[in-house]
Amino acid sequence: MSRVQNAVIGSVKTVLGWMPERWLPGGTPDPLIGRHGEVGRQASRLDGPQKVQGKARFSAEVAMEGMCYAALINSPITRGRIARLDTAAAEAAPGVVLVLTHRNMPRLEIVPVMSITNMGAVGNSALPILQDDQIRYNGQVIALVLAETQEQADHAATLVGIGYEEAPARTRFEEAKSSARSLASIMVEKNQVSVGDAPRELQQAPYSVDNIYRTPGHNHAAIELHAVTTAWDGDALTLHDSTQAIAPTANALAKLFGVKREGVRVLSPFVGGGFGGKAFWDHQVVAIAAARIAARPVRLMLSREAVYRMIGGRTPTEQRVALAADHEGKFTAVVHTGYSVMPTYAVCPEQYSLGSRAAYRSKTYQFGQRHLDLDVVPNTYMRGPGESVGSFAMESAVDELAHQMAIDPIELRRRNEPDKHPLSGTAFSQRGVLEAYRMGAERFGWDQRSAQPGTRRDGEWLTGMGCATGSFPYVRMPAGAVRIHLTKGGQATVSCSAQDMGMGTSTVQSQHAADRLGLPLDAITFEMGDSDLPPAPMAGGSAQTVSIAAAIAAAADKLAGELLRLAGNASPVAGLRAGEVRLVDGSLVSLENPSRRDSFHAILSRAGREAVAVTASASAPLEMLKFAMQSMSAIFCEARVSEVTGEVRVTRLLGSFDCGTILNPKTAASQFRGGMIMGLGMALTEETLFDERSGRIMNANLADYHIPAHLDVPEIDVIWTGIPDPRSPLGARGIGEVGITGVAAAIANAVFNATGKRVRDLPLTLDKLL
Amino acid sequence: MIPFTFARATSPEDALGLAALEGHRLLGGGTNLVDLMRKGVEHPVTLVDVTALSSDISETAQGGLLIGGATRNTALAAHPLVRTRYPVLSRAILAGASAQIRNMATVAGNILQRSRCAYFNDPAASRCNKRLPGSGCDAREGLNRYHAILGGSASCISAHPSDMCVALVALDAQVHLLGLAGARTVPLAEFYRLPGETPQIETVMAPGEIITAIELPPLPVAARSAYRKVRDRASYAFALVSVAACASVQDGVLTELRLAFGGIAPKPWRALRAEQALLGGPVTRDAVFAAMDLELAEAAPLAGNAFKLELARRTAFAVLADLTGETA
Repeated sequence: MSRVQNAVIGSVKTVLGWMPERWLPGGTPDPLIGRHGEVGRQASRLDGPQKVQGKARFSAEVAMEGMCYAALINSPITRGRIARLDTAAAEAAPGVVLVLTHRNMPRLEIVPVMSITNMGAVGNSALPILQDDQIRYNGQVIALVLAETQEQADHAATLVGIGYEEAPARTRFEEAKSSARSLASIMVEKNQVSVGDAPRELQQAPYSVDNIYRTPGHNHAAIELHAVTTAWDGDALTLHDSTQAIAPTANALAKLFGVKREGVRVLSPFVGGGFGGKAFWDHQVVAIAAARIAARPVRLMLSREAVYRMIGGRTPTEQRVALAADHEGKFTAVVHTGYSVMPTYAVCPEQYSLGSRAAYRSKTYQFGQRHLDLDVVPNTYMRGPGESVGSFAMESAVDELAHQMAIDPIELRRRNEPDKHPLSGTAFSQRGVLEAYRMGAERFGWDQRSAQPGTRRDGEWLTGMGCATGSFPYVRMPAGAVRIHLTKGGQATVSCSAQDMGMGTSTVQSQHAADRLGLPLDAITFEMGDSDLPPAPMAGGSAQTVSIAAAIAAAADKLAGELLRLAGNASPVAGLRAGEVRLVDGSLVSLENPSRRDSFHAILSRAGREAVAVTASASAPLEMLKFAMQSMSAIFCEARVSEVTGEVRVTRLLGSFDCGTILNPKTAASQFRGGMIMGLGMALTEETLFDERSGRIMNANLADYHIPAHLDVPEIDVIWTGIPDPRSPLGARGIGEVGITGVAAAIANAVFNATGKRVRDLPLTLDKLL
Repeated sequence: MIPFTFARATSPEDALGLAALEGHRLLGGGTNLVDLMRKGVEHPVTLVDVTALSSDISETAQGGLLIGGATRNTALAAHPLVRTRYPVLSRAILAGASAQIRNMATVAGNILQRSRCAYFNDPAASRCNKRLPGSGCDAREGLNRYHAILGGSASCISAHPSDMCVALVALDAQVHLLGLAGARTVPLAEFYRLPGETPQIETVMAPGEIITAIELPPLPVAARSAYRKVRDRASYAFALVSVAACASVQDGVLTELRLAFGGIAPKPWRALRAEQALLGGPVTRDAVFAAMDLELAEAAPLAGNAFKLELARRTAFAVLADLTGETA
């Protein structure tokens, strides 16, 4: 076990105040599993009406008295220093309130960066923000201009005179490989791992493939631009932010600006898409500093170009996957290594080899990632970090080997399905990927696939089918609290600083709370999006739903205890402990003898109380350490490739998911579908055009950075096994990221089946198929 | 964005007076010019809105069409006479941009739209001879997948981005110009200048001249015409290669042919050499590829765009085969 894992367990143990045995080895699964209540119902999004009526106020729509508007200047050079800085003309321009540069920026410490050992931290970059004249990457913010109107700010920004002294920059992937670093750990796993002699197996095996796969950089393109509206009142700070990390942001800001945590309020009730790109970047800090100096409320909304330049995206990768198999198709070697970019000041290792470590049984293994230091905007998490690009390489390789062996690719996977985690030997909590394949293959019509590539055609269009496995680890964040406030009238308010980036958090947690508290859905109010509420962990790692669910479960237990205490000796449930009752139909009910019951109303009336409130924290996520847990999928694709032009059109996509209990089929299907569309973009169109000579992104806009257009997206069929995970709250695992994984490989495999051409460089643009 | 003033022209003469003034730029739909202003590529002192000028589409005495310069792209694509007599034009327009952009963009604005080269559009950090003459070209050794393989020069390899104009050059469209010296007409095929040493000069328009209309000649062969655009996503992307063609076949041989390409040159490229080579013969793969080799003889592909040679040959054959009923 690595140092990091020890650190994680250590931090977990410190939050172990009270811990139910639930979900742990020997413990009983969550009693809500299999209960037919609100969970599992097709509830519509509770925030839907607000969104479609334009009543949902996003962070750039909050109005404040006396507010002024900010424009940013981003460095056009990659490395060097600001040699000349003339702000006089800008300061004299109409409406200008402030020009903020490194000269008048308050001296601030480095923002603590997020990491697996510091879950409460939130920073994406360990670089100083506007603290000196140094330029460290192309796009770095070098000035903020504040004015009475946005137009005045934008105009004045063009009047700031800046001269640069350029220095050599490290911008070339290939050149940086010779000095690549090898981190000790990737997330919580040891980085370089060798089991047995994989190179020898590769040499001796009757069947093997050994290839390099490349994926380009990708940029975040959430529909809502990063934006803040912020104001100081003395030492009290209000920040309306578009963020996936409300409580951690409030903590970071208090430390950074040296004010009390209670005085910092971060509000983010609606977020127009996050995908990993909306944590903590430079724009929040410069806007807040400007507001403090100007003593005015400030709004800063990044331009689309600035999102490309100052918000990191997914690193390019170059991955080697090698597989060897014996005559029976049993793997004798699984190798997954490679290079990606991660500057020393960035936080995301793009863990593309982790999924492969849990994927297949083999005689030998070799895994390891190396990281390149380039002078670029710090790369960060982007939907399915690691597995999205890692599954492209691994699942393409499996397809290549299956073709070489003339075995159906699903059958090859079946022959190498592990019965426990292949490296650690840990038991799987639940794993139904083969069932997902069975269901998917049947529904998709996999038996219609021709095993021989290039044999199906419709006019000039060659058609083919492909499949691939997707996966994403189960994560439940440590800590995280909720408050439950229950009135005598049977209304419950469940509160925590959760984030809803559009996936339906408030809807699903309301459904959950209804079942957990034994109340109807319309008796539940779920409060979120505000750092004044009990702190929820950041929304990331597909972890938010189970993290909050665990906190609600803990609070419900505490509420039961509190109600038992208030019920008194005259109650039919007198003498029972919290573990001996459940909350059902607005009552405390004995588990052993359901006729022993007492209603919330009766209990609170007798106690002379209008309401009762409890706050509790989630149990430690020890299930993650005791079991191998991951969401999985079987992705199926049918693609057409023009024999004339090489154009690829995906005509059908099907995702068959194995993610435990599906809490709300409607919002879940939407999540899966969205993830799969992002995978389609990764496969066919998305590519950050990075000019390696200058270190500059050359397609920093949505016209030239191609996300799929409607015409690129076919009907997407989504199904799931729905098998509950006995080791997680509600039996659920994450669904936010698994949707993107496996899709690019399924498409590349379908293109191979259609054409006989194997493309190992994404995106699958037509020039690679001519 | 730099502050500017805004004026409205109510007549061609009105526009002419304003167009000649220093720093004045004519504004159609603004789908390109306003973007360029935001990026700092264009810095007009005054925008002169010319959308109130003619947007009429009318039949000429000769049986052609006269199309007002302020006609919206959507209106032109949807016009019944365009759809029946010049379907290639309708299809080319609908292959371009997005519905929202086509609703705003005007015909004259489409003709005068500027380069989509990433370096041209990046005044903050990139060198571009078209934007700043003599500053150099970052595209030649840089990201040039979308750039020209024909007609470029050492100073500029930008490709013309329009779809509509590819169809217009295939249709022998004439550009009606009005200047202080009077009105004149120039074939669209001769309207654009290749970059040479002066990529900043893109057309033969004299200073102060404005486009008032586009005229299509009567062209029966155009009733049998097609446009095929090859691009990186199914919609809303510029052409890597596009082909506009009008053809008629009698007794198995081509008796009439108009062939033009987009995405491969600094202007919409009328393929006269290929037309000559193909006329009088059958549409076969060998014939079309041989004709395309003639057309592309002077091509100067670069690291990122050499694939366009093969793509242009294949797409040309596919379009002609489809149009003439040959099997591809």
